Amino acid sequence: MDKKTGVYICTGCGIGESLDIESLSKVATKESKVPVCKTHSFYCGAEGAAQIKSDIENEGVNTVVIAACSSRVNYDVFEYGPSILLERTNLREQITWCHPANDEDTQMMAEDSLRMSLAKAKHIQLPESFVGENMVKTILVVGGGLSGITAALESAKAGYKSVLVEKSPVLGGWMNSLYKQAPFKAPYDVPEEVDIEERIKELEAHPDVTVYVGAEIKEIAGAPGMFDVTISQDGKTITERIGSVVLATGAVPYDATKLENLGYGKYENVITGQKMEELAKKGKIVRPDGKEVQSIAFIQCAGSRDPQHLPYCSTECCVESLKQATYLKEQNPEAAVYVFYKDIRTPGQYERLYKRVQKDGGIFVRGEISVITEDDEKNLIIQAIDVLTGATITTEGVDMVVLATGMVPTTALGESMVVQADPAEGTKKEETPAVEEILRSNLLNLAYRQGPEMPTLKYGFADSHFICFPYETRRTGIYAAGSVRMPMDAVSSIEDATGAAMKAIQCTELSANGSAVHPRVGDLSFPDFAMSRCTQCKRCTVECPFGAINEDDKFNPLPNPTRCRRCGICMGACPERIISFKNYAVPMIGNMIKAIEVPDEDEEKPRIVIFACENDAYPALDMAGINHLKYNAWVRVIPVRCLGSMNIVWIADTMSQGIDGVLLLGCKHGDDYQCHFIQGSELAETRLAKVAETLNRLDLDSDRVRMEQISITDYDKIPAILDGFAARLEELGPNPYKGF
Amino acid sequence: MAFKSILVVGGGISGVTAAVEASEAGNEVYLVEKESYLGGKVTQINQYFPKLCPPNCGLEINFKRIKQNPLIRVFTLSEIESIEGQEGDFTVTVKSNPRYVNQNCTACGKCAEVCPVERPNDFNYGVDKTGAIYKAHEFAFPMKYVIDDKVCLGAECGKCVSVCEYDAIELDMTPKSFKVNVGSIVWATGWDPYDATKVDYYGFGQYPNVITNVMMERLAASNGPTGGKIVRPSDGKEVKSIAFVQCAGSRDENHLTYCSGVCCMASLKQSTYVKSQYPDAKVSMFYIDVRAMGKHEEFYLKVQDDINMIKGKVGEITEDPLTHDLTIQVENQLTGENMKEKVDMVVLATGMVPATARTKIPFETTYDEDGFIASDSQKPGIYGAGCVKKPLDVASSVKDSTAAALKAIQSTVRR
Repeated sequence: MDKKTGVYICTGCGIGESLDIESLSKVATKESKVPVCKTHSFYCGAEGAAQIKSDIENEGVNTVVIAACSSRVNYDVFEYGPSILLERTNLREQITWCHPANDEDTQMMAEDSLRMSLAKAKHIQLPESFVGENMVKTILVVGGGLSGITAALESAKAGYKSVLVEKSPVLGGWMNSLYKQAPFKAPYDVPEEVDIEERIKELEAHPDVTVYVGAEIKEIAGAPGMFDVTISQDGKTITERIGSVVLATGAVPYDATKLENLGYGKYENVITGQKMEELAKKGKIVRPDGKEVQSIAFIQCAGSRDPQHLPYCSTECCVESLKQATYLKEQNPEAAVYVFYKDIRTPGQYERLYKRVQKDGGIFVRGEISVITEDDEKNLIIQAIDVLTGATITTEGVDMVVLATGMVPTTALGESMVVQADPAEGTKKEETPAVEEILRSNLLNLAYRQGPEMPTLKYGFADSHFICFPYETRRTGIYAAGSVRMPMDAVSSIEDATGAAMKAIQCTELSANGSAVHPRVGDLSFPDFAMSRCTQCKRCTVECPFGAINEDDKFNPLPNPTRCRRCGICMGACPERIISFKNYAVPMIGNMIKAIEVPDEDEEKPRIVIFACENDAYPALDMAGINHLKYNAWVRVIPVRCLGSMNIVWIADTMSQGIDGVLLLGCKHGDDYQCHFIQGSELAETRLAKVAETLNRLDLDSDRVRMEQISITDYDKIPAILDGFAARLEELGPNPYKGF
Repeated sequence: MAFKSILVVGGGISGVTAAVEASEAGNEVYLVEKESYLGGKVTQINQYFPKLCPPNCGLEINFKRIKQNPLIRVFTLSEIESIEGQEGDFTVTVKSNPRYVNQNCTACGKCAEVCPVERPNDFNYGVDKTGAIYKAHEFAFPMKYVIDDKVCLGAECGKCVSVCEYDAIELDMTPKSFKVNVGSIVWATGWDPYDATKVDYYGFGQYPNVITNVMMERLAASNGPTGGKIVRPSDGKEVKSIAFVQCAGSRDENHLTYCSGVCCMASLKQSTYVKSQYPDAKVSMFYIDVRAMGKHEEFYLKVQDDINMIKGKVGEITEDPLTHDLTIQVENQLTGENMKEKVDMVVLATGMVPATARTKIPFETTYDEDGFIASDSQKPGIYGAGCVKKPLDVASSVKDSTAAALKAIQSTVRR
């Protein structure tokens, strides 16, 4: 596209009073020779906005640079559709609102800022969206329990074909084993008839649902919108073209035989909750020796909340035991019911079920079981330790003990594998980022470079790390639902599966339009690989947090645009700089750096480049401005999609230009990371370690490059961070390469 | 033919989620919020458990999703007057209350500097004050000022009007009603904190140093009324001892029968706010059961060593009128001992009341006895999402409203 650039400098909100607008305009007109450069005191007002629109419509301006407020505001006013390139120069929040008016350094800051915008505008191109061949919107659901049935049925009800694959010969999963289900509705204290049969019938009757039972996923190859799934059923191989995937393989009960002290396997009258359901289903709850159960003890947290077994709470067990207590009470109101617990966890309206069992005479004992033994009549004697006093409590023989065993997600089962990073020859070990562990759980069998299953979080759950985005996974287009994601009850599983179906549907729609999925929905750009210069170093395939890039047998990267989240981490990783987006590229940032004017040493005006994560650090800088916090005018801010997209060549570019320091502002990393691209900010830090060495070799102190973790609400810390860094640079003195 | 568009009522985390999720699948969405900004209750929260991360981070992403998506139309300061019709074909009357500030507002803030009137800042639960013209909070989206017409002196004052360089203030704005046609409706109006004055034996409203958990969030927030410093309301002094009183109204047949689900984790989280400012402060938590579900157990394990955990429901709180120090009376359920503990400050872990207990959907809908939208009797085409259905934490609300988005889409395609 032949660009015609228009620069529009707003003088409102104090910008005009603070800056020499005429000099600023000359940056556009004289230095950059842009054909159109105008000013107005109120560009977001009707008249100002109309001026820009008119230039687009009548003057052929197709590249618009608006030097005014932050791109976070007035986004709707300054929106010109997909055929216009738009760049916003942030004069207001990040310059005039936090620097002194009519000051030489503030002016220089504004001029550099415009220069950087113009360099960017010159480089960027309109993205052309990726459209794959034979893209479909069919949803694959793996697992045919309550969650899987729900996901498949809810997708179909919204008009999307779904394919459900279940390993066992029947649908229904865990729900099939229940006598009754925990209450879904008011008055919440009466267990309800299990309704899984009706759900199965509805699913099977739906014309848009294909069900494979007794079937397994042999392989999932491809990418969202165009997954090729191989299913094996009864020795036959079936293939399905799939748009996106819901993983709903559920959880299994914790293996009770590991709970030796609780007597499971040793005493026949110590049973699991699952067995209790079976007994209740048969009718009268009796022991194997035919004795009617007159007394029963439920042992909560049998394996859960126990560092030796499952450290987490399995969430559902308290409610399940209370429900089972009602089974016995219904048959035999005189029966004695004991519940040994740590905390009774009945959130929300389940409290009413708890109250009911209390009213029915259930005896609740807060204690930890030390041992369970059996007397001559096969009754069980429970010894518990009072949590606080340490005193031992011993029960008389009870007829039966029910262990409330917890949930283990199916993704936690299987041999552990570490996907080898395979660093290329010559690179050192510490430069390789942390690799993730994947378990061969034989659920998805992804044909992915980064391993066959979903990377899981702690305890093996395929959960999201994000509170705000609970369906976020590290495999684009694959969403986990139900108890494979986190421990949950039946009602939550239904909601969860419906939500996951929503995300899966959305992914197929966005992929078909060539758009990225969360968190960059609407972004039509995708990375382009200049393969002729690739050295097969594997850096991109290893570092992509989403497993988007495969490899051929010669280690060439094979990108999958619909798996890509457009964070640019591959671009940052590539030592040959062969990866670029139409509107975001290594040379684009390089040109922005080059656009900064670096004063001579004797002027004593240091320069600092800040690479700021656009999700958190950039808004934090804006917030500092909105609050009129003051900081030095040496800094020049370059927003980046993610700090992980930082290519170390930018540091070389900066240093060789005589700029005194580089500050990276990115999201918190570590266990509670906040980076929306998982590892971006951590990878940036890893790369910095490498830079330090090079800098020292060049007689540039490695302190010239610093990384700070910052969240959006840390804006009050901005002045200290920025000025602290400037002070350190002053100690170091000017960049010795200045003026070269 | 069914209308393809969807109405989402409530612009908190649940409503925002339902709106963006539905729109990102290609549906047109009207998002209606009664306040002047989106984000609802979570904008008032300092940090989320268990990551201790700021809610504004996720909101920023969600607002970005709204900004770049032409399919979502946001109406703040708006309420639903009536709903008529049926699934696939609802006619909804929306009433937009005046902001008195138009699109020209650049949020420069000059108006607020000249406003002569003060009002209690409801965003900070009345702990501090704003002018009659004010920005709801620092991260307000949309970033526009708003006038509280209950206290504004009107045209005869007009100071803000004359100082505004952008003709952004229109004191003669009036409420406007308009109709939208939609195929389905997501009702996500959220929750209110249980009125702590009803638990009168805890002294909230009488004793200044008894606060609620939602107020604690504002006290700990760096953009809150104290700049993030947790101090005693009575004298601004540092806190040496503090007690969290769980189930202040929840799990109590005289108040809320149900468990509010989130308060245990919220108090554990707030204990970290206190400890990070006052490592030596004595923090006590009085509880019936600690409900740290699922993986939250890890957070409970991590912080409990720093806290004095006492199992027992607090009977009464009394105050020394001179010092405003507080004494908590409780029967320790583990030791049987009747305890009295003197503390500087008390945080009541008040529960969640569904907004539908106060304001019902103007359409035939079934509720349970606590005012939650009944899960089994939703009308086709109108779907509750988030805390109007049951007490939920943020992640669960997001999950539930993502599900509601799909139910709403189904209503627009049902054959």
